[in-house]
Amino acid sequence: MEYLNIFVKSIFIDNMVFAYFLGMCSYLAVSKTVKTSVGLGLAVIFVLGITVPVDYLLNNYLLAPGALSWLGAEYADIDLSFLSFIMFIAVIASMVQLVEMIVEKFSPSLYASLGIFLPLIAVNCAILGGSLFMQQREYQNIGEATVFGLGSGVGWFLAIVAIAAIREKITYSNVPAPLRGLGITFIITGLMGIAFMTFMGIKL
Amino acid sequence: MSTVKNEREPLFSAKNIRLMTTPLNKENPITKQVLGICSALAVTVKVEPAIVMAISVMAVLAVGNLVISLLRNTIPNRIRIIVQLVVIAALVILVDQVLKAYSYDVSKQLSVFVGLIITNCIIMGRFEAFAMGNKPWPSFLDGLGNAAGYGWILIAVAVARELFGSGTIMGMTIIPEGFYGFGYVNNGLMILPPMALIVVAVIIWIQRARNKDMVEEN
Repeated sequence: MEYLNIFVKSIFIDNMVFAYFLGMCSYLAVSKTVKTSVGLGLAVIFVLGITVPVDYLLNNYLLAPGALSWLGAEYADIDLSFLSFIMFIAVIASMVQLVEMIVEKFSPSLYASLGIFLPLIAVNCAILGGSLFMQQREYQNIGEATVFGLGSGVGWFLAIVAIAAIREKITYSNVPAPLRGLGITFIITGLMGIAFMTFMGIKL
Repeated sequence: MSTVKNEREPLFSAKNIRLMTTPLNKENPITKQVLGICSALAVTVKVEPAIVMAISVMAVLAVGNLVISLLRNTIPNRIRIIVQLVVIAALVILVDQVLKAYSYDVSKQLSVFVGLIITNCIIMGRFEAFAMGNKPWPSFLDGLGNAAGYGWILIAVAVARELFGSGTIMGMTIIPEGFYGFGYVNNGLMILPPMALIVVAVIIWIQRARNKDMVEEN
């Protein structure tokens, strides 16, 4: 039940795009067609689902205050949390590299469709944001962290597919010239964000 | 870029000044290059965190541009992304520690967004687009200019949201008490996250209405 709660919460209430504006750069840049946005969205779910639990382990057994106590009592008061940014980004960059190699080896067709987006994900703020939120919210065990990672990915996927579908349709509309492109996309995202706020307060 | 040029150009030549001023308007990182949106929106509920964020990004971007530009001939092309990430992460750790030491409250308000400067696309974007191919001094100025362009949008959005949302700027009351007597109410909608997007959209609208050449084709 706790897992379901975290999952739903991370998709709808703490949505990466609408509540925290994470991953906005690729969200705006790659949302011109539904097909490419589905590819990028799947890649984000995949990478978040892997990096958040890995960073969880890293945080709890290496970085957090007192995390090194498994090495012996004299290490118990070491606090390495100032290193967390550099460790997380290194994990993300290497995981993305690894995922890219695995996908290329075992599923060339998926690789061809995701190809260019995979390396981009390393610098997608939603991924690092997922790890930092995980650290800040202090999830109880690795299961919760994994569910949180997957849920955040699904939320991001929903957001980018929805905006891509709207942008495909909006090419037929007569938008005021200065708002065309970027401006109207911001406004639509804002309206979608307001719509998503109706989920606030749901608790399972 | 220009290796054949022999005479030294002055530190603030017209070309260098232009590096700093075009990002303020025509080549603005947020409204034109679409870089660094993520953090721009999330920290703009109040003016104070927005200013701190703008200064932090300016420090990281200017120093990072300088470092990358000094290293540009020694970085192997294949691993440049990871080298850039390490440089950024080191600078961001410094900024984070300074913030924690000297303005703890703001650091708490910014929460994960200080860490997210690492993946702020404006930084990687400028490294790739400018610092990898230019000399240190122009790169430093380019960093300052782009961070300033980013910063003014950030502060403008924050001023609009704090003024209409809470009736204050930097915590000081701006809307006179009397207004509330006549039935004026603070617009609570402005404090909610989605309004940041709409305020940025309005800025883009004004900016593009004044500069016709920035208008996009759908």
